Amino acid sequence: MKITMAHGSGGKSTSDLIEEVFRRSFTDPVLAELDDSAVLPGAEKIAVTTDSFVVKPLFFPGGDIGRLCVCGTVNDLLMSGARPRYLTCGFILEEGAETGDLERIAASMAETAREAGVRIVAGDTKVVEGAGGVLINTAGVGFVPPGISAGPANCRDGDAVLVSGFLGEHHAAILSGRMGIENEIRSDCAPLGGMVGAMLEDGVRLHAMRDVTRGGLATVLGEFASASRCRIELDEAALPVSEQVRGFCGLLGLDPLYMGNEGKMTAVVAAEDAEKALSCMRSHRYGENAAIVGRVVGRDGPGVCMRTRLGGLRVVGPLYGEGLPRIC
Amino acid sequence: MCVALSGKVVSVNGRRATVAFSGNLVEAEAGLVRVKPGDRVLVHAGCILQVLSEDEGRELEELYRELEEVL
Amino acid sequence: MTDVRAFLRDYGGPPVRLMEVCGTHTAQIARCGIPGMLSPAIRLISGPGCPVCVTVTAYLDRLVALCMEPDTTVLTFGDLMRVRGSRRSLNDAKAAGGRVRMLYSPMDALKLARENPGRLYVFAAVGFETTAPVYAMLLERAESEGIGNLKLLTSLKTMPPVIEWICTNQGGVDGFLAPGHVSVITGSRIFKPLSDRFGLPFVVAGFEGEQILAAVYALVRLRGKKKVLNLYRSVVTERGNETAQQAVRRYFEPCGAAWRGMGIIPGSGMILRPEYARFDAGSAGLDEDRGFDARCLCAKVLTGAIAPTSCPMFGCECTPRTPRGACMISQEGSCYNYFVNGRGPQ
Repeated sequence: MKITMAHGSGGKSTSDLIEEVFRRSFTDPVLAELDDSAVLPGAEKIAVTTDSFVVKPLFFPGGDIGRLCVCGTVNDLLMSGARPRYLTCGFILEEGAETGDLERIAASMAETAREAGVRIVAGDTKVVEGAGGVLINTAGVGFVPPGISAGPANCRDGDAVLVSGFLGEHHAAILSGRMGIENEIRSDCAPLGGMVGAMLEDGVRLHAMRDVTRGGLATVLGEFASASRCRIELDEAALPVSEQVRGFCGLLGLDPLYMGNEGKMTAVVAAEDAEKALSCMRSHRYGENAAIVGRVVGRDGPGVCMRTRLGGLRVVGPLYGEGLPRIC
Repeated sequence: MCVALSGKVVSVNGRRATVAFSGNLVEAEAGLVRVKPGDRVLVHAGCILQVLSEDEGRELEELYRELEEVL
Repeated sequence: MTDVRAFLRDYGGPPVRLMEVCGTHTAQIARCGIPGMLSPAIRLISGPGCPVCVTVTAYLDRLVALCMEPDTTVLTFGDLMRVRGSRRSLNDAKAAGGRVRMLYSPMDALKLARENPGRLYVFAAVGFETTAPVYAMLLERAESEGIGNLKLLTSLKTMPPVIEWICTNQGGVDGFLAPGHVSVITGSRIFKPLSDRFGLPFVVAGFEGEQILAAVYALVRLRGKKKVLNLYRSVVTERGNETAQQAVRRYFEPCGAAWRGMGIIPGSGMILRPEYARFDAGSAGLDEDRGFDARCLCAKVLTGAIAPTSCPMFGCECTPRTPRGACMISQEGSCYNYFVNGRGPQ
């Protein structure tokens, strides 16, 4: 079977690929949890994660591959309850890549690492034949304070579901460039340090959390619903989507629920702590448009559904295919 | 089968027009209907199909009232 | 003011079966969760409104063959890339080295053709009356700019003949949710002869949830009456866009077209006129439909004979991830929408 673009979308094809091809060889029990970071025993609990970044174009409104590769890995560590500390970075450069671009990328990585409070402590570079592309892998290490136990299987009946701001911004920014559609949508690429800490310090009972990346909010919540064997009901009217992204999605027949971000998180918290969690998110630099978007309802089997603006009920399934814009 | 969206004409350039959809600017073909800046238009597959008439702003209530007369 | 929602929810009159014949309506009905808001006595059936779903495998096979030819690139809308012909889809062909590009608008093909005079570009011209004028515009531009390396492989279809086919060969429909954007071009009057002949109401509806509900309400109230009602007056008139109609007539003429599940319906398609044959990439005679899974019931789903949920493969062997037929592949396909949105009476 040849790899197709759908395998990279973050949806069903990706999870099937992992299940059918990689799982057989990578059988580590911690890895099997498929969480954002592997939390491992040690003197302190260590969180380790890795991610590779292949975005094109390298520079886009709101960010670049450098900022992205730091934020992506930092956020994965944060979502496992860790305090991110160290990053490695491996570059795979295709022949023809410009050193001027690499300088900009490296500067962006350094600045973002400073903002996120992490140190880039190891690196590697390889050059291969190609057409001038730049691919970056970052691995990250952080330490998990005792008492943290958020995980996708922890959602409970009655819990509130929050999201820290506008959906789909990163995906829309990248696609806009590719499709030649002019707008002011910028990638929301950002490190979310401080947001989780603020909630924990305020005593929010955080049951599950994850950053919303490729595949969108629907994909993350689907994974939570499946792991926790619960039903999550969203309120369409409560979903935060900027007007421009809404218009963009309308133009291309896309659904913001399946569009990726790079600087937003979703959190499932105890019902009584919903307002507190919301307030923590909204006070954060990158949480301006945070909202409570749904509830865990615990009945009728696992899955995500949505009360539509019209008042009907619709199932929100996993993402199939690539999320290609449709016309007819 | 016909995903089409309504937007506002920002400028006209011969047979092409720039149309804004909540801040997203798209160049569309304007050969099928006469348009001018400020017009609300329906766009499908990069082509303006029609100019929206003032009817667009009508409340649904009014529509239902009319329906009652017809049914 | 009439409480339309309560009426629809509590309706206890004679059972009503209404068909929508526009894939975009199918998708919107599913997305808004409308079926669950209706009394069980009101059934919404999806018809042959998805141009990708009704396109026969011979057409896809030809596209796949074209994209594998040297110096030829196939240009297409997104959905068509995933649908399989008798063996492969354009996506499969692309992974095997075929040249395929996805475009948002056919007009984007002009720039490509202009900038790469050594390549032949073939646009997969699929669609209904809404999209035909866009292809006409494309040809007008190609003509005036003297572009010689752009062709169309057409699979253009029209609504009235297929609606007639359903009413004649299938029946069981008490009213039609008429396609909103087709009507922008054709005008609402194209449904009048059908309405008169079969004694059925046709309501032209917009695409917002509220508009669709209003149309369903009107159709239930109009049951048994010959009436064409336009509830999408901001863009639909009785006569439609006559400039667009003329543009289409200039380049295309009616022909028989093959529809999955219905065979060749005379006069239900559009093909390039002989004087424009130079723009045709070999569209005639692509009539064979050889599904890659003999158990696929898309043909019955497309005519509304069965609901997607009644197909034995639905949700088991046939899912969007492992589709066995076009209705599950296209995002405007009935099976796809029933599956991903959980459409169906609640």
